[in-house]
Amino acid sequence: MRKPRFAKVTFGALGVVAAVSCAQNAASRSDTELPPAAAATTETEGGQAPQPAAAAKSGTEVLLCDGQTKVSVPAGTPGTSVASALMTEWIRKNPNANWEAEERERHTLQPSADNTGLVGQMQGQTYGRVTEQDVKLWKNEVERVATAGSAVFHSADELGSTVAVSCDMCHPHAANTHPETYPKYQAQLGRVVLLRDMINWCIEHPVRGQPLAADDPKLRSLEAYILAQRKGKSLDYGRH
Amino acid sequence: MGDQPKVRGFRSVETRYMQQRDELFQALKRLDRRSFIKVAGAAFGSVAASGLVSPHSFQPVNVAHAQSRGIEPFTFAYISDSHLYKRTLNDRFVNALMRAVDDVNSMDPQPDFVFYGGDLAQLGQPEELELGAQILKSLKAPVRMMVGEHDWYYDMGEKWRSLFGQPNYSFDHKGVHCVVLNSVVEKDFWTARKLSPMDRMKTVAGLDNGVQSSFTVGAEQRAWLENDLKGKPATTPIIVFSHSPLYKLYKAWNFWTDDADEVQAILKRFQSVVVFHGHTHQMLTNRIGNIHFQGFLSTAWPWPYAPEGLPALTVQMGRPDPFNPNDGCGDGSVSVHPDGLADIVQNLWNRNPVTIARTYTASHGKKDKPEVPALRSY
Repeated sequence: MRKPRFAKVTFGALGVVAAVSCAQNAASRSDTELPPAAAATTETEGGQAPQPAAAAKSGTEVLLCDGQTKVSVPAGTPGTSVASALMTEWIRKNPNANWEAEERERHTLQPSADNTGLVGQMQGQTYGRVTEQDVKLWKNEVERVATAGSAVFHSADELGSTVAVSCDMCHPHAANTHPETYPKYQAQLGRVVLLRDMINWCIEHPVRGQPLAADDPKLRSLEAYILAQRKGKSLDYGRH
Repeated sequence: MGDQPKVRGFRSVETRYMQQRDELFQALKRLDRRSFIKVAGAAFGSVAASGLVSPHSFQPVNVAHAQSRGIEPFTFAYISDSHLYKRTLNDRFVNALMRAVDDVNSMDPQPDFVFYGGDLAQLGQPEELELGAQILKSLKAPVRMMVGEHDWYYDMGEKWRSLFGQPNYSFDHKGVHCVVLNSVVEKDFWTARKLSPMDRMKTVAGLDNGVQSSFTVGAEQRAWLENDLKGKPATTPIIVFSHSPLYKLYKAWNFWTDDADEVQAILKRFQSVVVFHGHTHQMLTNRIGNIHFQGFLSTAWPWPYAPEGLPALTVQMGRPDPFNPNDGCGDGSVSVHPDGLADIVQNLWNRNPVTIARTYTASHGKKDKPEVPALRSY
């Protein structure tokens, strides 16, 4: 099964490492295999993208910004060739690197809100002047979290199901999940529940897996996906 | 029977007795010699049934009409969409199918046959199909099979065909011509992507997976269908079984048959056509021209209603309660009448069964509307 990555560290990593040829892809898929943002940052600070060392020795080892991926290149290899050798190696080690595009091809995601109208406007301290890149970043980041949720939602393995049941089997495109009705008094449980409580209820019961901790990236991304898919519905908490 | 009251759950023994008595006298008025035996038999049977068997939605209490075009009324049961994994992996779906088998075996009188609506397996695995075949063997009535996409796309139907034969066939039953189609033919999306058989299967198994293509009956089967119906007079009542609805409801979930219009065109000249389909796991009723459509329930899980395109005649089933794993699931029975149309009993487990009378679709929804549930989909 494909393992989606959870973008825990992307906010820190994305901007900083953008200079490195590989970094945008690598950082955006950051997860257990990738070091935290700090590692990437250290590598790239001072504008020192990985390059063949100045030493005139042949067979120089070059380390990618992930601190793990290595290639050995003859001295004098042009920087672009080194970069593509590193990238090739990284992709070989990360066959799911394209998970986001693949997941979005399989399962359509409702687009996040269109903020292009803000481009060029001054917004005060938080935003400065909003650029096209800002708007793109916001969209990519938020949709990435929802897409990670989609991958979990559609995978019995990711959900830890012991009976090969995944959320989409009852909720295609997250239909009938009605996040807009929470919190509500759940009559069958005799108490007030949040959407995440019901996600966990489903994981425990029909899916027969282990409930997720409230801060588990899987749970956070599932919430993101379910909310994304109900775009346009009016909030109506407590509705039965 | 035209004014048969809606079945809303339990009717007392007295009420049923009075209804049966009424029906008997109605039928007697129209009696000719040929149908006398039938009416007498049915009256006897229904009296016996009302007293000796526990009250059950399945009791077909339809007394024969004397009006006849060579059609004898009959009943068949349906079971559909069991989505079996092997028993050691998931016992819930296996138990659900066995429950349906018990339901049908307890029908008295027994239906003429049991129609299986497709998706016996979840991932088309040989052991899943064998397990399903094994469970269906305990049915007392003969079984007619239809294929669904979950049965097909692991080995392109090889195992299914070896167990159950050709996916498209026709047969005549008591004056009705019945056609079974394989409506889940998808164009090849897997070769170019170099998908393994399992990946192909899992792609098709995902209802909302956009990589797959749309269901079709396909040119080859349409030609076969045309040929099969050739020379049949327009008065021949036709029943068609297809896994997907033979109309265009919601493409994103393949609640859809891409060449539905072409198939409908072939069926158009017949005065009475009823299409029964599986796949949608919900009560779904439609009518397009002379063609009446009814969707079967699943034994495994209910699907939500599509966000758009719901036919106007559909009365939704009540919102399933996730805390009851069998809610929204079930099986059912179909009583075919001499006019070629059929009354459906949707046997929703743990709920009152719902009858969709043929007069409901025949009157375009003006008569005998099934009860609308209080809680519908969100």
